[in-house]
Amino acid sequence: MIYTAIVFLPLLGALIAGLFGRVIGERPSEIITTGLLMASAAMSWVVFSQVAIGHEVPGTVRLLPWITSGELNAAWALKVDTLTSVMLVVVTTVSALVHLYSIGYMHEDDSRQRFFAYLSLFTFAMLMLVTSSNLLQMFFGWEGVGLASYLLIGFWYKKPEANAAAIKAFVVNRVGDFGFALGIFGVYYIFRTIDLDAIFAAAAGQQGKTFQFLGYDVDVLTTLCLLLFMGAMGKSAQFLLHTWLPDAMEGPTPVSALIHAATMVTAGVFMVARLSPLFEYAPLALQVVTLVGAVTAFFAATVGLVQNDIKRVIAYSTCSQLGYMFVACGVGAYGAGIFHLFTHAFFKALLFLGAGSVIHAMHHEQDMRNMGGLRHKIPTTFILMTIGTLALTGVGIPHVGGFAGFHSKDAIVEAAYAAHTPHDYAFWLLVVAALMTSFYSWRLVFMTFFGETRADHHTYDHAHESPNVMLVPLYVLSLGAILAGLLFSAYFIGHEYKEFWGAALFELPGKDILHHMHEVPDWVGLAPTMAMITGFIVAWLYYIQLPWLPAATARLLKPLYLFLLNKWYFDELYDLVFVRPAFAIGRLLWKGGDGAIIDGTINGTAAAAGWTAGRVMKLQTGYVYHYAFAMLIGVALLLTWFMYAGGIV
Amino acid sequence: MSTLSSYAPLLPETIMALGAMALLMLGAFEKESDFSAETVGWLAIVLMAAVILVIAEEGPERIALFDGAFVSDAFSRFAKILILAGSAATLLMSFGYLKRVRIMKFELPVLVLLSAVGMMMLVSAADLIALYLGLELMSLALYVLAAFRRDEVRSSESGLKYFVLGALSSGMLLYGMSLIYGFTGSTSFEVISGVAKDGVLGTNIGLMVGLVFLLVGLAFKVSAVPFHMWTPDVYDGAPSPVTAFFAAAPKLAAMAVLVRVLWTAFPGAVQQWQQIVIFLSIASMLLGSFAAIGQESIKRLLAYSSIANIGFALVGLSAATEEGVWSVLVYLGIYLVMTLGAFACVLAMRRETGPVEMIGDLAGLPDRHLGMATAFAALMFSLAGIPPLAGFFAKLYVFKAAIDAGLYALAIVGVLASVVGAYYYLRVIKVMFFDEAKDPLSEVEGGVGLVMGLSTALLLLYVVFGSYLEGPALAAAKSLKF
Repeated sequence: MIYTAIVFLPLLGALIAGLFGRVIGERPSEIITTGLLMASAAMSWVVFSQVAIGHEVPGTVRLLPWITSGELNAAWALKVDTLTSVMLVVVTTVSALVHLYSIGYMHEDDSRQRFFAYLSLFTFAMLMLVTSSNLLQMFFGWEGVGLASYLLIGFWYKKPEANAAAIKAFVVNRVGDFGFALGIFGVYYIFRTIDLDAIFAAAAGQQGKTFQFLGYDVDVLTTLCLLLFMGAMGKSAQFLLHTWLPDAMEGPTPVSALIHAATMVTAGVFMVARLSPLFEYAPLALQVVTLVGAVTAFFAATVGLVQNDIKRVIAYSTCSQLGYMFVACGVGAYGAGIFHLFTHAFFKALLFLGAGSVIHAMHHEQDMRNMGGLRHKIPTTFILMTIGTLALTGVGIPHVGGFAGFHSKDAIVEAAYAAHTPHDYAFWLLVVAALMTSFYSWRLVFMTFFGETRADHHTYDHAHESPNVMLVPLYVLSLGAILAGLLFSAYFIGHEYKEFWGAALFELPGKDILHHMHEVPDWVGLAPTMAMITGFIVAWLYYIQLPWLPAATARLLKPLYLFLLNKWYFDELYDLVFVRPAFAIGRLLWKGGDGAIIDGTINGTAAAAGWTAGRVMKLQTGYVYHYAFAMLIGVALLLTWFMYAGGIV
Repeated sequence: MSTLSSYAPLLPETIMALGAMALLMLGAFEKESDFSAETVGWLAIVLMAAVILVIAEEGPERIALFDGAFVSDAFSRFAKILILAGSAATLLMSFGYLKRVRIMKFELPVLVLLSAVGMMMLVSAADLIALYLGLELMSLALYVLAAFRRDEVRSSESGLKYFVLGALSSGMLLYGMSLIYGFTGSTSFEVISGVAKDGVLGTNIGLMVGLVFLLVGLAFKVSAVPFHMWTPDVYDGAPSPVTAFFAAAPKLAAMAVLVRVLWTAFPGAVQQWQQIVIFLSIASMLLGSFAAIGQESIKRLLAYSSIANIGFALVGLSAATEEGVWSVLVYLGIYLVMTLGAFACVLAMRRETGPVEMIGDLAGLPDRHLGMATAFAALMFSLAGIPPLAGFFAKLYVFKAAIDAGLYALAIVGVLASVVGAYYYLRVIKVMFFDEAKDPLSEVEGGVGLVMGLSTALLLLYVVFGSYLEGPALAAAKSLKF
């Protein structure tokens, strides 16, 4: 019952605010949706303590039969285990806080009911996704969050950039979803079921088998996992399918915090972890996951180094951190990946909402080049953002403890080392990425809050601290950013992890990566911390001590700088390779196919019908002898036909 | 006593015939005042309602009288109830119109009654002579009705045209019957079916020619192409209530007898008559659909619409299966309701100056008469075959019967023809709702409004009430065998 309530309360809120928002007004819509979400969040923590900490596994709660067609059987059901309960906590908590925050942030907007309805709808879809017990329900949630993301990115639909970004997000996700859908079809084809438990039970039996795909004999599980992972790449903005995420920052900042940092983009990580019993039997697919994750972590961090839009920096940081999580999953340390997902949700939401507070204070200015010196104006936001940065960069004392990111990120780096990828590439990419993470994070803090202000006087003088309704969520999140690692690392990745996860995550016997990662050499454990410190020092030098240095570096390494500033020219490349040809084909089909052939045929048919009608009407002369003649001809025709057909003549 | 009671199945026809004569006397001796003519009309309606009740009370069994020339079975009862209901409804909505054009004469209800008697005999006929008697009784009354407004040239012209062409078709029918009689030695359907068995028609040219001529005579009555030429002119020229009557009950009766003849007299010659029916069906659907496109008069449009509809009904008959017969009967029932509703709307189209009949006159109808516009739109949607209205199911069943019988090409032609048909039905709606408003029409009268509302409700709620038509139709289809 409690599970049903958690999932459906947000839907109730969405329906009330969406359908009756105009009737009941803006404030009631806000209060209802936020209140329902808070109730949902509170229940989620209860479930978390029962299921994850207390080890009660209720299994699958069936709600309704959905599709029964031949062998295909899909039901609406909630699969509840530790993994689900972790996701429930993350989603509902962040969502509740973002709802609350939005009451302040969006207070000038005219269509707040719509905004809150979308937020709640998103939450419902996300909950459907994380509680799914079969792949079809997961796909439902998957598409539901995609839809809500589209609606929210384009929330300010009068802004052309917002519309373009919304469409881009939708289209890029389509590419991933195509793979995901193919993966589901393939799973059904092989396993004759889409029920997760049944698939997991049968996964081991399919190991090493092959089937025909695109004319080649390929390994079943590797192919399926790669197809499914394609969906994860799209949703989690991994390398090659990442282009939509930075543009998605056109949406309101609370949306960025909820969807594009804490929850939806982590759906890919969740999916890989959820399907760990499948992926574990497909080592090649796991290697691809690792590679893509590591490359994304590195690539996004490099781009983050030079961005000037405060939200885009954080967006690339998100992209990079998602790469970390995939590396963790790829090397088999699912617990570490989900742990990072968990902690990341807190500190990244904190950073985004903090950035929102800055933007709010600066009257919707997002360019960091026009900020600076804000720590005097908005000290609370400054402190909170600093906490977020400390957590993201992973500040802590080895073997003692530290901020949230210290526990989760360092664990991933260690797991990457313990997994022994070729030349330890994953390890080194992640360490370098950690260095860059530290640099761009501190760069953000320094550019925004330190030094002389570069804002115009009017804006700077009127910069003001956000109201409490916006700050309270930040306090809660900062608590999470400080304590989440310390409190939960024992459960997620420490000595209790086996009891904690139970059957939710699967690992091939004998792999035991979470054990090995605690036995890496000391220098490996220190590496991320050293990288973090180095990054901090460089940032401090660049933006506090020697402010002329960034410009000089940019001049000196101009090609590299431009390469990074333009995000490795991915948008331009895609524009050239995909967008323009697609438009060209579209135009060809529109003008030639649709205009000339189809419309021509249809209009021609219509003209022919009119012409026929004119002919037929001419037959109706009004003369009786014509009519009689027609009858006689008819008789003659029928008789003749009969005689020939009957073979009489 | 027992002899008399054995004639009980003849009771409905007897009541009708005696009633018609009594009303004739009443009208003749009460002399011509408007009042008495309308009273005669109401009495005719009451009479028909009473006969419907009598028929409804009859048992389900099949009874043959007069050496099998007259049968009363589920099929005939089904058809008779629809015929009487259609005739009564036409009368009900005619009074206002007739009074306005000053032809409210007592002969009209009497003629309708006589015609209905003919139809009832027709659908019960199981013998060629009985068939001919019923057909002529029905037709003679119709000839007079078409020319009822005898001081108007169009009405007289249409009556005459119908009579001349009807005589021609009767001649062919009789010729066909005589051939059939000559080659089988009997006029009884039962005997004919015994002779006209497998393959006989392929070698027996006389019998085959007889079948063709017989079919031609009946095709004329249902106005199947190419024996349809009279239809638009007569529909257009006859007074609107008469046209409504033409389009409803006689069409149904003629189709019903066509089904009975083919199913009971020539079940062994399916191969042969199937070809003719398919030809008539395709020609009717196509011509009806295309010719209606250019029409400006709503009555002419409905004339072509009825031709096309008969074509669709023939699709079901072409299937030559029990399902096909059932689909034809359901189609006819729905067609009757749609036709009555459509003509109720036509009768409601009038201004202070008199009745109007152009589609363009409907422009801006919703502004003043939203109810009538809604009803008209629903009727047109139903005729076009838009789900969930009744017309959709009617078409669905006949096409399904054709598909089940393997007649794919026929079904495809039918669907294409209904696409063309949708154009002109929807055009009426477009004119009503989107064209520049003209002078408003006058108020809708009670009788017309009643028929209009009732038929619209039946069409809209077909999914709810459809079983009351489909169940009896199934029983009727099953009863069609010896």
